[in-house]
Amino acid sequence: MMKNNNLRSIYTIPYAVWILLFVLAPIGLIVYYSFFDLSGNFTLMNYKNFFSSVYLTLTISSFWYAFLITFFSLLIAYPTAYFLTKTKHKQLWLLLIIIPSWINLLLKTYAFIGLMGLYGPLNAFLEMIGIGKQQILFTDFSFVFVSVYIFIPFMILPIFNALDRLNPALIDASRDLGANSWTTFKRVIWPLTINGVKSGVQVVFIPALSLFMITRLIAGNKVITLGTAIEQQFLVTQNWGMGSTIAVFLILFMFIIMLVTSGNERGMKVNGKNR
Amino acid sequence: MERIGKLPKVFLAVVFIILYAPIFYLIFYSFNSGGGMSNFESFTLEHYAAVFEDKRLIIIVINTIVIALLSALLSTAIGVMGALAIYFMRNKKMRNAVLSLNNILMVSPDVIIGASFLILFTLIGVKLGFASVLISHIAFSIPIVVIMVLPKLAEMNPTLIDAALDLGASKKDIMKRVIIPFIQPGIFAGFFLALTYSLDDFAVTFFVTGNGFTTLSVEIYSMARTGISLTINALSGLIFIVTAGLVIGYYLLNQKLKTPFTGVRK
Repeated sequence: MMKNNNLRSIYTIPYAVWILLFVLAPIGLIVYYSFFDLSGNFTLMNYKNFFSSVYLTLTISSFWYAFLITFFSLLIAYPTAYFLTKTKHKQLWLLLIIIPSWINLLLKTYAFIGLMGLYGPLNAFLEMIGIGKQQILFTDFSFVFVSVYIFIPFMILPIFNALDRLNPALIDASRDLGANSWTTFKRVIWPLTINGVKSGVQVVFIPALSLFMITRLIAGNKVITLGTAIEQQFLVTQNWGMGSTIAVFLILFMFIIMLVTSGNERGMKVNGKNR
Repeated sequence: MERIGKLPKVFLAVVFIILYAPIFYLIFYSFNSGGGMSNFESFTLEHYAAVFEDKRLIIIVINTIVIALLSALLSTAIGVMGALAIYFMRNKKMRNAVLSLNNILMVSPDVIIGASFLILFTLIGVKLGFASVLISHIAFSIPIVVIMVLPKLAEMNPTLIDAALDLGASKKDIMKRVIIPFIQPGIFAGFFLALTYSLDDFAVTFFVTGNGFTTLSVEIYSMARTGISLTINALSGLIFIVTAGLVIGYYLLNQKLKTPFTGVRK
């Protein structure tokens, strides 16, 4: 090993400063601000408010939406990832699945405003098959659908990697031992890819709790998530204390979710983006 | 290997169609001479012309690109230093602790990053605008660079450094001639991801941008809130081409760099 303490400190300093200023300080500031009210007095009211029915309902509904989004993402992503590993040029197909996730998030969301609008193609289709025009935009359905659309590539990626690492001989063995497809899936494939699923759940559930742009543009303020509440408190009401308190809880939830979903392996391949 | 059946093929096809439909829908209507995203009237390029005539929009695009390039460059520099710092750390516990700290910003929701940076900037007196946006982008891109560079460092055989030392290389030489060339693919990957993080970011920028300064994402958000404008469609057509180009370029670069390491070039 090198014995070069001078050199080491030179490149350690910028990184250490970054950790202090942009990782530790922000969390500290959020916690600190959560103890102050609008006029800057020390108070525990924000915490008391958080446990009032308004914020509890908000938290529960935020979790419910995040659950729905994660559930449907997984429901679509798992078979997609599975079938992808069976295709001939799987890396190329995977790349094609990933490309839409690189397109600016705002543009994709904006596309759905048109697609789901009253005169959009979706409504034209509904009219054609005789259901007639429906209000699709600004509903729970549109919110969950668009969110699932946005998150699917991030769910597919870790599951694909887990499935790809799976030794095919294990599946042959299971078949040879007389297991049918379902038993093979339940007893062999699923348990061996559970870490991929956990990673996927982690990268979908946490952001889903904190969405605020999609709620504004697609759900038309009908859905309020923890993220929307924080944005509201910080940028509209200017009540940083309450906003920070919600943020403190969001951080807590984040750590709990990470604990629950962290597998033994931490080797998530980053081909796409975790956002 | 099992052959893929008909049903799976249909399933995959549907997933692909749904993933790409919104994007192509946007681009399709960017050529519509009518005003909205329904009823295609006739082909026109006027919306593309409108993008290039809109001085404000062009400035915003330039802002976005400048922020992306600068933040990617600086975060790559700091990230590489961070990866080196972690790599040379002898204390395992310490190293794991630093790694966990590194990953906090990667998993933190954007709203939290945005809100906490807003408090930070207000407190230390950074004016909201170009500087605050740039600093935030650098800050949230650093961890991904570290993550991309560390595995490359781990792959490196430590005897390479010993050999260089025995052959009389100075510390600077070792860095320049041995370590940096070896971890180069990781540095490139980190830079590329930092670039896309910055280009794609909406939430953090939304919090820390003042009144005077806007990036593309924030601008699209405020445009979309007021309704449909086909200028956005034309813009998305252009962005799609650039993004696809970037991704394919990155993919090809990656394929090229994945060739086994045979020695230090030059």
